[in-house]
Amino acid sequence: MNFLAYGVAGWICLVGLYGVITSRNLIHLALCLSVMQSSTYILLLSIGYRHGGGAPIFKGVKLGTRSVDPIVQSLTLTDVVVSVTVMGLILALALDVHKEAGSIDPDKLAELSG
Amino acid sequence: MSDRHVVRGMIALPVLAGLGVLLFWGLSGLPPFGNYHGQYGHLINTIALPQRHTTNAVTAVVFDYRGFDTLGEEFILFAAVIGVVMLLREESSEGRSRPDEVTSDQLRLIGALAVGAIFVVGLWLIAFGFVTPGGGFQGGVVIAGAVLLVYLTQGHRPWRRFATEHALDPFEGLGVGTYVAVGLGAAIAGAPFLHNFLGPGKAGTLVSGGSMPFLNWGTAIEVAAANLVLYTEFLQHYLEPLGPKERG
Repeated sequence: MNFLAYGVAGWICLVGLYGVITSRNLIHLALCLSVMQSSTYILLLSIGYRHGGGAPIFKGVKLGTRSVDPIVQSLTLTDVVVSVTVMGLILALALDVHKEAGSIDPDKLAELSG
Repeated sequence: MSDRHVVRGMIALPVLAGLGVLLFWGLSGLPPFGNYHGQYGHLINTIALPQRHTTNAVTAVVFDYRGFDTLGEEFILFAAVIGVVMLLREESSEGRSRPDEVTSDQLRLIGALAVGAIFVVGLWLIAFGFVTPGGGFQGGVVIAGAVLLVYLTQGHRPWRRFATEHALDPFEGLGVGTYVAVGLGAAIAGAPFLHNFLGPGKAGTLVSGGSMPFLNWGTAIEVAAANLVLYTEFLQHYLEPLGPKERG
């Protein structure tokens, strides 16, 4: 059980990558990328977890109480923000591609350019 | 499935299997789940409250100990939104005739009620972001979500004249500008850029954390405005364009 959370993170990463490789739609591809990125949230948060630790918030909690790591949590926050902005950009690019090429199937796009 | 996709899947599976073995091999070298003993996290948990009078250690990291990185992060958001605006600009409006009227009264009513509650939660997340769980990023997204819910349940059309990119852009600038101004304020006061130069205040209240509340609100405004610009751009791209009369 010790490594279950890490295993989940690794599994989600691989599943997302499989989706990216076999994707036939740019929107679907962007979502798969987002799934891949979700694995990093789970990995970061599970690395910082301590048995019996509470949230690193000390309002009404005595200082020195066992709590989880705050640094990986703030890194996860950064991760989420970047993921959202990248998603916005990718979707805008997908719209642009659809306007230019009339399709968002990556294979058809490759055929058009070749 | 064309042959091409079968071939691609056949190539992908062994590659993924190999990558998976490497990944799990690496992950197995991590400290077992729940036994992490990172010194920095422990240090922040111990000193954030006495030093900065902040009860939320995560916010203390984001807006104080790692505040400079967060400035960079805000500019990532800022730049990405500019990128989206430029990509989606100057679209011809041909072929777009999707109406966005909401015909269900129940949906309108429930939506209106939910919007108020979500908006208040967003404000609470921002205002108390350095005391209880929350923060500018989280609260900003929730506020933007509340506005998106207005569009979804009341229709986007009535708001389109006001919630334009031109109306929202200044708020984005204001958010990032506040962050930089607080940083420069520290420099003017003779401390390093973005040093927490205001008095720490009373821990557990809104007047605590020194300059953190200002950075927090700046970030919240930036995040909410950035998200709203994104929504506005995509919605304008998608929905039926306004007639000349409606544009005013």
